Parts: sequence; structure tokens; C-alpha cells
Amino acid sequence: MRWPKKDKKMDYQRKLAVNMLHISNLYKIFNYGEVNEKIALQNINLRLAAGEFVTVIGGNGAGKSTLLNCIAGVYIPDQGTIHLDGREITRLPDYQRAASICRIFQDPMTGTAASMTVEENLALALRRGMKRRLVRAITEKERKLFRDKLARLELGLEYRLTTPVKLLSGGQRQALALLMATLVRPKLALLDEHTASLDPKTALRVLELTRTLFEKENITTLMITHNMEQALRMGTRLIMLHEGKIILDVNDGEREGLTVAKLIELFHAASGEKLQNDRLLLA
Amino acid sequence: MNLTLLWSTFNLGLLYGLLVLGVFITFRILNYADLTVDGSLPLGAAITAILIYTGTNPFLATLAALPLGALAGLMTGILHARFSITPLLSGILTMIGLYSINLRIMGRPNVPLLKHGTIFDALTGLGISLRASQTVIALAVIILVIVGLYLFLSTELGQALRGTGDNEVMLRSLGVNTNRMKILGLAISNSLVALSGALIAQYQGFADINMGIGMIVIGLASVIIGEVVLGVKSIPGRLCAVVVGSILYRLAIALVLRIRFIEYTDLKLFTALLVTIALISPKISKRFKQAHKLAVAEEGQKDGLSEKVGG
Repeated sequence: MRWPKKDKKMDYQRKLAVNMLHISNLYKIFNYGEVNEKIALQNINLRLAAGEFVTVIGGNGAGKSTLLNCIAGVYIPDQGTIHLDGREITRLPDYQRAASICRIFQDPMTGTAASMTVEENLALALRRGMKRRLVRAITEKERKLFRDKLARLELGLEYRLTTPVKLLSGGQRQALALLMATLVRPKLALLDEHTASLDPKTALRVLELTRTLFEKENITTLMITHNMEQALRMGTRLIMLHEGKIILDVNDGEREGLTVAKLIELFHAASGEKLQNDRLLLA
Repeated sequence: MNLTLLWSTFNLGLLYGLLVLGVFITFRILNYADLTVDGSLPLGAAITAILIYTGTNPFLATLAALPLGALAGLMTGILHARFSITPLLSGILTMIGLYSINLRIMGRPNVPLLKHGTIFDALTGLGISLRASQTVIALAVIILVIVGLYLFLSTELGQALRGTGDNEVMLRSLGVNTNRMKILGLAISNSLVALSGALIAQYQGFADINMGIGMIVIGLASVIIGEVVLGVKSIPGRLCAVVVGSILYRLAIALVLRIRFIEYTDLKLFTALLVTIALISPKISKRFKQAHKLAVAEEGQKDGLSEKVGG
């Protein structure tokens, strides 16, 4: 189902491309052996080609965030393996994966350090995955780099390098977090509903920014969203999770004709359940 | 209050300033209430006192407090970061353990230094008074430590330390081993606290096993007083402010002691009250402000100006 049958050329290119992320047979169980045992992920198999931008949807408790947290190293899976760019990272602590994985969180507060200034936050991100040394944290040259990069956001942040981040709005903070994530080019980006806590207008801007900073730069990305419309419009491929399993995996060719209504139909067919009237539908 | 008393108060404030800087690092930078200080301050005092007592050069004896204090912080850090014991409990465990260690180091509960030369006698040979010598040396040490801390906090490592206290999740996602950062911060903090103890023992002429009781509260009180009174935001400003807070705290203590019915032993109660007031006052003032805003808004509504106020 994954490869489009009509587009032979694309199929060929896909096969040539390296698997940037390769997850096989992944299981994550919380509270194993207790009454409140929960199988959060079961038998997840997923390959992401380099440069692929994949949107992830699914209801509450479907395992979307657990999947991202397993890839990021916050949770260590109970079974299965995760390879990033050919290297096994299944049991690596989160801070040791950070050199190649960047994360954006739902809450803008999580993605930035509130009491520190804009430039201090950027400087922290500029050394993602590097050893922190006893040398000056921000040089003049870097300051200029920050100003250039911030100017491209068109939020006027280039004039506010020394403003503490807590004085910025949620949208500004999330935009800054996106910039921080791409300051050092990651092999994989994990976006966890990063527009969900913003107002619609700001969410749209941040989404646009996501397009320029990640999609157009061909950064391999997994983006969780509750918004089906968004999931269809962004990226090149869509996967749907349900009760810890991937129940739908459609890529470009198949996705084109897809609408929210059809997506819900597909969900019924795949899960054998009626979609409950939750956030997934309303979004 | 006469000038001499004021001067000694100032000197003592500076010496306790090192303790306060240590508490500032854990409490404000790392966001970690570290009770180790109640044990690491007498630890510094103990090692320095016994070394001077047995004839070691006072300078070397003072420096010996630094690595021992760092070790104490390291212990607390490992208990917390490696074994996931809560910050408060890890601090208490180290503090209690240090009580026995301090007694072992001194060999008795109290080591007098009155007949021995201390670091403060270094300048009296130049013809200045002991009190002036204390001021010069204390100021020199404080300035050195503030400049050192400021420079350290503006390095990559220092920024990672600040970030760890601010947003641990983010720092881990940026590849910082936040556990190691906490251990580092605790070690630096407690080495300063031990240095403070080393100098205070020499200042007062003895080291005592019980001199650490309530140090964390004194540290917190001084940090809060300094921040409230000076209200500065920048890191170097805040470093200076907490030392000023330490001096103001000593001044407040000296003033309280002049009230006739207050005994020296009532001081801990006074300090506890002071810190309680300092900790709850921001919340109370916030509530007052909200009540005021609400009142203004209601007033506006009555006059039909609600849109102006609301907008």
C-alpha cells in the first residue's frame, strides 16, 4: 500500500533513497503486569526515507506521543529496534541522540528557556549535541548569524536579542523554537502537535514556518497533529495510529484525492470501529 | 549603633556573602533547594580550623575547604541525579552524614583559634587594624568569586547550567546531560559555602560543630532580601545584589538584637519569620494588585467605560 503503483519513477527513487529512520517490531508497555497495564505501542514497523515529511494522526491515547518519545529516547522501548541513519539508537539516552534529532513540543514553554534571553536560547541550540566548553557562549559572529536568521522569521525578533524569552508571545516563542531546532541541521525532526496550543492565526504562521524550515529544507520529519486538514496538506505521507498500531499509511499519490471525510471512512475500514466524536473529528 | 559595630556587621555580611552566593547558585540558577549547606559550612570551618590549629599556613588551610565542600555537593548531586532521591532528602542525607564527618575532622565539638594566626592577620603587619584587614580580604575574595562566577556563567558550560535550572526537558533535547550539570552546580555551590565557613571560623576565632544550623535559611533570606531591595535583573547585578542582601540581613539581625526583650537564641525564629514573609509577600501583593484591577474595572463599568478599561 505504501508505494504508488502508477508512479514507477517515484517508486524507483524511493527505493534508492536511504532509510533515515528505520523502526522495526517496536513495543512499549506501561505498568507491565499491573492492573493498569497499557500497551502503548505494538509491533510498530516504520521506514522513513531521507527527506520525507510525514504527518501522524490518531485519537487520544493512540500512541503518537509515545512513538515520538521512544524515537527521542525519553522512553526506552520494551522490544524492537530503532535505527537512525544506519546506526542503532534504541537504548541511547535522550541527550546522546540530540546531535541528530531535534524536537518541538506542544507547549511553547517547553521549547525555550523562559528566564534566558533570545540570543542565549539560540546559543544553547547552536551547540546541540556538542560538548559544552569553558569558552564564551556567544561570539559577535554568532550574534550576527542569529540576527540574520531571526530577520527571516519577520517577527522583529532580530531587534530583541537580549529580551528574556518569557516576555515573548506563545507564537513568537514557538517560532523561536523552530529556528532553534534547525540551527544545526538535524537528521530527524520530531514535532509534537506544535501548533495545538496557539490561536488559529498564529498556528497558521507557525505552520507556514514549518514548511520553510523543515519541508523545503528536506529535513526528515515526523509531525503529530490533531488536525486532519493539516495532516493532509503538510508533507508527503500520512500515517494513522490507533491503539498503538499503524492502521493507515498513505503517501503522495494516494493522498492527493484524499479528503477529511474519506480519511474518516478509511479509519472505519482499518480499525473496524466507529470513530468517536473526539478532537480528531472536530479538528 | 556605633560605627565599630556597623563595621563588623559589614565584614560578617561579606563573609556570609560567600554562603549566599552558593545558595544563589542552587536556589536561583539550578532551582534546587539544597540543604547540604548546613553541613558543608561547618565542614569548611572544621578542616580550616584543625589545619590552622595544627600549624598549617592559614592560606593553605582556607583553600582546603574548597575541594571538601565540592565533594559534599558532589555527594548530594549523585544521590539526587543517579539515584533519583528528591532534592530535599538528598541534601538532608549529606548534611546529617557531614555532622559525624565534621566531628571526626575536628576530633571534638569546638576548635578554638584565638591563639593562632589567621588569614586576616596577613595585612595587620602593614600597619592597618585587624578590622580593616578583614574588610580588605573579605572584599577581595567576594569580588574574585563574583567575577569568577559571572565569567563562568557566560561560558557554554555556564549557560548549560543556567538552562538546566530553567528548562531541563529542553536542555536534554539539546544534548545536555542535565544530571551532570546539577552535580556540577551543587559542587560549585558547596565549595563556596565551605569557603564561607572557613573564613567565618577564622573571623570568630573558633569552629563549632553546630555553627551550620539554619544556614540554608540565612542564605535564602539574604538572597530574597537582596533581590527585593535592589531589584536588578542581569546576572552580574544579581550576584552583587545577593551579597548586599547578606550585609542587610546581618544589619537587620544587629538591629533586632538591640531590642531589649530579644535574646540571641531568638534569632533563628526571627530569621524563619523573615524568610516566610519574604516568600509569601509576592503572592499577597499579586492578589492585592488583582483586587485593585478588578475594582478599577468595576468602577469603569459603572461609568460606562468598561471597553476602555478592558481593551
